Amino acid sequence: MLYNIFIDPFMQMAAAPDLLVQALWEGLVSGVLYALIALGFVLIFKASGVFNFAQGIMVVFAALTLVGLHEKGVPAWLAVLLTLGVMLILAISVERVVLRPLVNQPDIILFMATFGLTYVLIGLGEIIFGGEPKQMITEELFLPRGVIELNILGGRVLLQKIDIAAAVIASLMIVALALFFQYTRIGRALRAVADSHKAALSVGISLNQIWVIVWFAAGLVALITGIMWGARSDVSFALQTIALKALPVLILGGFTSVPGAIVGGLIIGLGEKIAEFYWGPLVGGGIENWIAYVIALGFLMVRPQGLFGDKIIERI
Amino acid sequence: MTRKLVLSALAATAMIASAVPASAEDTVFLPLLTYRTGPFSGSGVHIANGMHDYLRMLNERDGGIGGAKIIIEECETGYDTKKGVECYESTKTKGAVMYNPYSTGITLQIIPKAAVDKIPILSMAYGLSASADGSRFPWVFNPPVTYWDGASVFIKHVLSEEKGNLKGKTIGLVHLDAPFGKEPIPVLEAMAKEYGFNLKLYPIAAAQMQNQGSTWLAIRRDRVDWIYNQGWGAMNPTAVKEAIKNGFPINKLVGVWWAGADDDARAGGDQGKGYKSLNFHNTGANFPVIQDIKKYVLDKGFSKAEASHLGENLYNRGVYNAMLMAEAVRTAQKITGKKAVTGEDVRRGLEALDITEARFKEMGMEGFAAPVKVSCTDHNGHNKVFISQWDGTKYVKASDWIEPLKSIVRPLIEEAAKDYEAKNTGWPKRTEACDKAA
Repeated sequence: MLYNIFIDPFMQMAAAPDLLVQALWEGLVSGVLYALIALGFVLIFKASGVFNFAQGIMVVFAALTLVGLHEKGVPAWLAVLLTLGVMLILAISVERVVLRPLVNQPDIILFMATFGLTYVLIGLGEIIFGGEPKQMITEELFLPRGVIELNILGGRVLLQKIDIAAAVIASLMIVALALFFQYTRIGRALRAVADSHKAALSVGISLNQIWVIVWFAAGLVALITGIMWGARSDVSFALQTIALKALPVLILGGFTSVPGAIVGGLIIGLGEKIAEFYWGPLVGGGIENWIAYVIALGFLMVRPQGLFGDKIIERI
Repeated sequence: MTRKLVLSALAATAMIASAVPASAEDTVFLPLLTYRTGPFSGSGVHIANGMHDYLRMLNERDGGIGGAKIIIEECETGYDTKKGVECYESTKTKGAVMYNPYSTGITLQIIPKAAVDKIPILSMAYGLSASADGSRFPWVFNPPVTYWDGASVFIKHVLSEEKGNLKGKTIGLVHLDAPFGKEPIPVLEAMAKEYGFNLKLYPIAAAQMQNQGSTWLAIRRDRVDWIYNQGWGAMNPTAVKEAIKNGFPINKLVGVWWAGADDDARAGGDQGKGYKSLNFHNTGANFPVIQDIKKYVLDKGFSKAEASHLGENLYNRGVYNAMLMAEAVRTAQKITGKKAVTGEDVRRGLEALDITEARFKEMGMEGFAAPVKVSCTDHNGHNKVFISQWDGTKYVKASDWIEPLKSIVRPLIEEAAKDYEAKNTGWPKRTEACDKAA
């Protein structure tokens, strides 16, 4: 048993390095996409202290809107723009209808409000688009198809072009959002709001405006996530479960840290794929789903605030 | 004047009183537990449409079944077991005569209730395989085939493709990590011993349905020769895409009948051509029954289906399921001589179900499916299945009708039924008599 746990997996890695590289690549692609989803959560949490339970359904809603518009004959590029418009309207509506009336309410109330929002969006999505799965318009969006086969390390490593595109686009998106919120005036305002709503208000920062911006940014992230995951599978309501993959990432990286979301995403992505591939067979497989939480909890024992999360110091 | 009024009131009451039983007598309540929402709605919508449309067509064309109008009521389960049980509880008091839970999880929950409530369960080609043993499960029916029959047909297909020798071959089962997904494991394990192949299991959690990268990498590592996919919902198109992505020969990936939606294969694009799925009914909209649905239901705006989906695999699956329901009611009417049959009557109808080729022809379904026969002890029939293959635009029949390996499956079913009975203390002994026809 000890041999199977501590020796054999490493022997397998050495014996078939091509499969190790393939597993690492799969983990990297998943990790970048997890990081992107986690970023959507982090942005909203930083600005309003709300854990946005609706992030998953926002992914589905954005992807369905895009594909649904295209089915109605709207050209792909215009469908993307219109979808962004829909996500902006959603952001404004959330700010007006959900957040504004609940200002100064306990965080749990806002959290529950996002639960409500989830079911409203599920219902709305099903009424408008129906429950049938749809195919992502990958070709129309000029996303590449096919595979790059590398004959290396005594075997072959298959790199899907769509996965490469997903990794690149998600990385660019993460960098752009990180820079935007780090170096622009709006970004500084966001950080001020994250530190203290009252202090931010006292220096003239509009909370409402910031909330709209971050919810729109989360909508943008949802659209990109929906396109990428939709291209890997299909666009259906099952996609919302993908957003749950962000939970261990957030536990690991911290709810308030953009770098935490990125590093956390990569650790979880790589960790779960390697664990499933090399250690999964020992327990009959299917460990990927929960091993991410084990990894996150392991980190949490050392750093309770997450890898990059703010240390909470409270005066007693 | 007062007398006149009283007489009029009495006459009106008598009319109403006589009208109510008449209308109640002429109806049969068939609740449909469907899921048009949730993560599995992609498959559920088409089945729900097929079931609803067939029953509605019977109402519109024939005035119901044997003169009894069908009351159709859909209850949304979202493929969620808790909601499914709520649907069961909320509809049973309305006079339900049969249940189609449309989920193995829901089926397992309501099996113990069936004998108590005296309402039979028709879990068509899903649910608990062991419930095919009518001597221990008099209230549960799962024709035309069990998952175990399906797995045995898959192995028969592989045997024929591999020239009868499976020694040294590796066969993988990619399955949803849920009761439904695990169903074929016992029979595949038994067959692995019998035929000498190596069986590998690849469970996929519901949350990982669209994230199967490491599973398919493991399949590549294990050099699996054939894959049987016991998947559902978004798991299936993802499996097809991952197989293509990892260079797994698509014609060696065979799905159970629930992994045979048109959308599942379509997800693979051009490379999805060759994907196989088991099936127990044909596809296509040229059958007179489908044309009648179009004429009496779709064209009149009574359907939620789009015309393009008529004849697709899962739509026809729903039609087939509803046909079994209707035939069970019809048989019950024949046995009892009543129009408004009860759950107990329908149980007898299901037990005497015998749909011959001639009957299929009468129903406008000639060539739609193989004959189905259920009996008092055999609540499944272990009927024939065929391999259907995606030709790039639609499924086509790619094999003859294949008989399940009954010699292996039936003893396993009886053993599992016995085991279920032993584990469920107080499981009632069958007291229901067998009809002559059954």
